[in-house]
Amino acid sequence: MNNLNSIKLFVPEIIIVITILAGIIADLFYSNKRSYLSGYWILGGLILSLLTILFHNPQNVTTLFNDMVTRDPFAIYFKLIILMASILIVIISRYNKEFTDYRVGEYFVLLTIMVFGMFLMVSAVDTILLYLAIEIVSIMSFILAGYLKSERSSNESALKYVIYGAFSSGLMLFGFSILFGLTGSTKLCFIGYSLATLDGGANFALIISFVLLLAGFAYKISVVPFHFWTPDVYEGAPTTITAFLSVAPKAAGFAVVIRFFHIVFGDSGALNAGNWLTQTELPWAQILALLAVLTMTLGNVVAIQQDNIKRMLAYSSIAHAGYMLMVLPVLSSDSIFAVMFYLFVYILMNLGAFFIIMTVKNITGGESINDFKGLGWKMPIVGIAMTVFMFSLTGLPPTAGFIGKFYLFAALIKGGTQFYWLAIVGAINSVISLYYYMRVVKVMYFDGERQETIIKPIMPITLILIFLAISTIIFGIYWSPIADWVRNSLIFYVASL
Amino acid sequence: MDLNILSLLVWIPIIGMLGIAFVPRDKVDVIKIIAAVATGMQLFLAILLWMQFDKTSGGIQFMERYYWIPSFNIFYTLGVDGLSLPMVVLTPLLSFLSVFVSWNTKKAVKGFFALFLLLDTGMMGVFLSLDFFLFYVFWEVMLLPMYFLIGMWGGPQRVYAAIKFFLFTLVGSVLMLIAILALYFTCGQTFDMLTLMQTAPEALNGVLWWGMSAIKVIWILLFVGFAIKVPVFPFHTWLPLAHVEAPTAISVILAGVLLKMGLYGMLRVNYGMLPEAVWWFAGALAVLGVINVIWGGFAALAQTDLKKMVAYSSINHLGYALMGMAAVIAAGAANGNNYAAAEAGMSGAIFQMFNHGTISAMLFIIAGVVYDRAHHREIAGFGGLAKQMPIYAGVAAIAFFAGLGLPALSGFISEFMCFVGAFPVFRTIVIIGTVGILINATYFLRAYQKIFFGPLNEKYKDMPEITSRELFTLIPLAVITFILGVYPAPFLNVISATVSGIIEHVVNLGGTVGIF
Repeated sequence: MNNLNSIKLFVPEIIIVITILAGIIADLFYSNKRSYLSGYWILGGLILSLLTILFHNPQNVTTLFNDMVTRDPFAIYFKLIILMASILIVIISRYNKEFTDYRVGEYFVLLTIMVFGMFLMVSAVDTILLYLAIEIVSIMSFILAGYLKSERSSNESALKYVIYGAFSSGLMLFGFSILFGLTGSTKLCFIGYSLATLDGGANFALIISFVLLLAGFAYKISVVPFHFWTPDVYEGAPTTITAFLSVAPKAAGFAVVIRFFHIVFGDSGALNAGNWLTQTELPWAQILALLAVLTMTLGNVVAIQQDNIKRMLAYSSIAHAGYMLMVLPVLSSDSIFAVMFYLFVYILMNLGAFFIIMTVKNITGGESINDFKGLGWKMPIVGIAMTVFMFSLTGLPPTAGFIGKFYLFAALIKGGTQFYWLAIVGAINSVISLYYYMRVVKVMYFDGERQETIIKPIMPITLILIFLAISTIIFGIYWSPIADWVRNSLIFYVASL
Repeated sequence: MDLNILSLLVWIPIIGMLGIAFVPRDKVDVIKIIAAVATGMQLFLAILLWMQFDKTSGGIQFMERYYWIPSFNIFYTLGVDGLSLPMVVLTPLLSFLSVFVSWNTKKAVKGFFALFLLLDTGMMGVFLSLDFFLFYVFWEVMLLPMYFLIGMWGGPQRVYAAIKFFLFTLVGSVLMLIAILALYFTCGQTFDMLTLMQTAPEALNGVLWWGMSAIKVIWILLFVGFAIKVPVFPFHTWLPLAHVEAPTAISVILAGVLLKMGLYGMLRVNYGMLPEAVWWFAGALAVLGVINVIWGGFAALAQTDLKKMVAYSSINHLGYALMGMAAVIAAGAANGNNYAAAEAGMSGAIFQMFNHGTISAMLFIIAGVVYDRAHHREIAGFGGLAKQMPIYAGVAAIAFFAGLGLPALSGFISEFMCFVGAFPVFRTIVIIGTVGILINATYFLRAYQKIFFGPLNEKYKDMPEITSRELFTLIPLAVITFILGVYPAPFLNVISATVSGIIEHVVNLGGTVGIF
């Protein structure tokens, strides 16, 4: 579709751009103390964009701006879950006491730019735009991670993030350029088509390109051995940003990985069962499986030793990336379905856990596991909600986390006997993870006594926590609506060549 | 029947739990009464179910079936047959009594009873669900309340005991989940247990995974999952710890109901869906059974803590049930179609499950009574309590003698049936197993003698007699033990049709298809 016609299908993104500009301008008029008010503008813009996506929904799958971005149900699904996470983060950021001494107008604006970047990430079908989108998201994350200017750990985390991020995006760009050299195109569909007909002479270049790209993507979704930035960044960044980084860019990263691998390295190019391209002679399924096993095992084992709860959840998020990566070797719509479903569930429970960390930090000022001592007695609602999230992260019924894991294992088992071992490794990993998640529950309940005075967090936080906890349980008991939604979103844009 | 009696059985405790959630935490009596009423109603319904149960039918009765998640072929299916009915009656009985056992709980009463009722729902759901997914959900739902009940209201090492219990059981459950999914995708994409019982033997026949028969692989995965819960010998280490640390009521539930889930699962799932592998594994099952008997017996003999002794005696007692279960292969052609032995063994195993539920519950309550007064459970630390607490000594005698398998008490009959059933096939193993009875008698008698006879320990000369509330929790169990010990027919009649059905199933489907 040409540029002019594309605009009317690009409305949600345009609304976000306008929101960004409005946020910047509005922020000029607020004093330091009242700068949080620009958050309301941003919130309004995001909700408007959400409504536009939901209700301005022409069904045709097409590409916009001369095959730069696509507008398919797959991308729309990711846009919706990213918006959902962003809206929750914007609301809760207002109550984050870490920002007491800072102006937060820029914070909200940077966050929204990130949302825009992620929208492009999940819908880009051109390597150049894909690279730009990833960079938009990365650069905004660097700044946001270092937002607490006067705190050493925040600065440290931003610096580490920049160095790792710059390095890996350089690798990725190199990978893209080799692909361009091999195929003469930046369009994903065309690249995939050319690779399928490539003769054996280019294999070595293809392998290098694949490895470089994998490094770039793996960094984005924090897969071992490209995960080293994660714990430090998660620990140092403001809690709300940590929460955001752990869900939204990760979801966008998975969307990119899925789209890229299916179109470029899968032989059918669509979201259905196919085979890996054999041109490279690389055992891609095995490589991905190995990375998944390393990722979840390292994440879970190292998380056991953490005393800082943000660090612990950082390793836990590495482990969850491993669980999701685990099904990607199976090239089937079931595995993509499982990843998409899991991401939705993961957003609910992980945001919930981080919001509780923020609430506790607001009150005690600390973020070590010991700050949770007796929390279940001091703040009963928060304690119960945290228990629900911890159970859900472990993957125990009747929570949504179990259903997510269930679909992941189901996709593996359906994939055939060669993936059974992967399912067993994943299952054993859930047991390992039980240990550290239950440690939080133990500290909250077993290490405390009944208190006479009960602390209640302020109403909006309580409401959000209850909302997240109840949805975590309800989607663990009746998840058909979500499953149907995800299943209907399993449509890719496929170019007809 | 229009009333969904099985659904009511499962969900009444949850309603009670929600009720408790809305009671202020200081209204302790209201909370206890709600718990007692909920479990009491459940018990009443269970007895009603027992009366209305058609003894002549070996099939599933009172079936309820609704769509749950159609896109994954998941149903909400409940049903009861002769295999689950004893457990369905035992669960509310012990839950109801346990409410009174823990009547004097001081710490966080609201949380205790709310979690207790959640546990009750989980247990009931496991025995009644006939959809594999539902079964698994209930199986796991029990872990949460159990973790809290041990970890919060338990003894000094409660935190360690709770997490150990949790980790052990979860290893078993996740392996089970993999096996369930493997069955789902290889046998026609269904979680319906009754359908799987018919399709799985066909669909898996001759399938090889990594050079091993698929049936064996699935059997092993499921067996480990269930064996951890029983617990069968190498997986038993969590049990004594959990028992010793748990509060009395929770020990009662743990020994009385939770351990049975492992055996129930084997009979329902392993025997039902993988009958071929029964022939392959029965020998190992008998050996594991005898190891449980001997190992549990000797371990119990070595204990100085009364509760720990009772805990090990559970391992010992369930070993008999495993031997009885292994006797099913007596009905095979190679063993002379000895249906009588197979039936004796299988009925004995199910009867032993029920009896162990009542007897070990009594033993744990008795250990709890003395612990509440003396605040320790050292067997050697008492002496001469018979003079001080004659009624208590009398009730304890019934429990101890039932535990050691004295004739005229129910434990004797079921153990005897297990032996009789297994004898024609596993002669040597059974002979070794009978030694277990001897060890059994040794530790129970020795403990009884040390606690109740001899000179009275001066420290305890003011020890109060057993209260009427405590007596109330013990008498029903003692009466059941006695009646079933003299006249077991009502029980055996209820299960016999189902037992024959299982044996037929194992022989017909397993006897023809060789997997060796």
